[in-house]
Amino acid sequence: MSGNIIEIDDAAFENEVIKSSLPVMVDFWAPWCGPCRAIAPTIEALEQTYSGKIKFVKVNVDENPQSPTKYGIQAIPTLIFFKNGQIVEQITGMVAKAKLEQAMDALL
Amino acid sequence: MQTDYELVIIGGGPAGLTAGIYAARARMNVVLYEKSAPGGQVIVSDWIENYPGFPDGISGYDLGDKMLNQAKNLGLTIESEDVTAIEADGECKTIHLNNKRKITTKAVIIASGASPRKLNVGEAKFMGKGVSFCATCDGPFFRDKTVVAVGGGDTAVQESIFLTRFAKKVYLVHRRSELRATKILQERAFKNDKIEFVWDSVVSGMDGFFSVENVKIKHVKTGEEKNIKADGCFIWVGINPNTDFLKDSLNSDININASKSLKMDDGGFIHTNERMETSIPGIFAAGDVRTTQLKQIATAVGDAAIAVMSAEHYIDNLQD
Repeated sequence: MSGNIIEIDDAAFENEVIKSSLPVMVDFWAPWCGPCRAIAPTIEALEQTYSGKIKFVKVNVDENPQSPTKYGIQAIPTLIFFKNGQIVEQITGMVAKAKLEQAMDALL
Repeated sequence: MQTDYELVIIGGGPAGLTAGIYAARARMNVVLYEKSAPGGQVIVSDWIENYPGFPDGISGYDLGDKMLNQAKNLGLTIESEDVTAIEADGECKTIHLNNKRKITTKAVIIASGASPRKLNVGEAKFMGKGVSFCATCDGPFFRDKTVVAVGGGDTAVQESIFLTRFAKKVYLVHRRSELRATKILQERAFKNDKIEFVWDSVVSGMDGFFSVENVKIKHVKTGEEKNIKADGCFIWVGINPNTDFLKDSLNSDININASKSLKMDDGGFIHTNERMETSIPGIFAAGDVRTTQLKQIATAVGDAAIAVMSAEHYIDNLQD
């Protein structure tokens, strides 16, 4: 588990994501979701690559129902890419690492 | 002939990982490329009870994870890479990766698997907004809601039963008047009060403002259409092979001989013989990606073991 991916709760969402000066990738996940666990190592590897340029956060949808409801999330894993508090890209399901890299590059 | 590897395995599902286990134990110079996350389709399955060795059953994620760890423990190199094309220039095979890297190998096992088939009735705009192919991922979002499930095979029936843990009602829409699923799953589904069967019917459309609100059902015999008020639509109507990367390469600027002569059926599944040999010497296929009567974890791992043996044989003969 990479130490640089911050696990945040609903209360911290505004400060950590919306008001972040860095672009943010938010990983909405849950422990019961196999694909969420399966893509976790890929996301950790990407965090190493984009460290310092993009902030990586995780939101456990079980413990934090407000944020997923706000963004209409009915499927996980869902990754939302924010820049200056605005959604730039939203990716649902297991996708190729290359597609995630594209989305990250678009944030920079 | 000097190549980067003796064997390249494409895909990290049960077939690919099994091929990796056999190849690693055979001390082959091997790499496995997986484009997203190892495990394959297995990891979306909530429960597997027809794979021997797990008397109480096992979750799909856990089974995939165990296979992955087994392969890693035996020293298999797994890289997170998207294979975009295979070039088969005689005995040397060149694997094109997404990052423009090119890798040469003597043999290739294609175990790229398959993906859920879509309905193409307008569900695309509701992806992640009510439409799903994965009950274990998305089922809990439908607590006390009504959902439509589509299909009549093992996956449709098994996952519909799983959905009843959350949904208050599951309409299982099937185009025939009887299920194709294994009997034990049928028995459980028929006993489940929350599942209502909609026979001889297909989903012909869906609508909703932000997410799914109505699913349109069409009776295949009478042509009659009706709406089911539902918050979600789960689709399990079979699978398509992940062979687009072979077809796409035809349109690229690279001259890909492999794609031209790699025989596939009309659905894009790769033809093999019982030794898992494709129409191109040195290229093998295993698991759901090939033309088979039965697509199971048990058959995929069997294919893979045979494919590695055949690949070893092929490589040995090259060196003679």
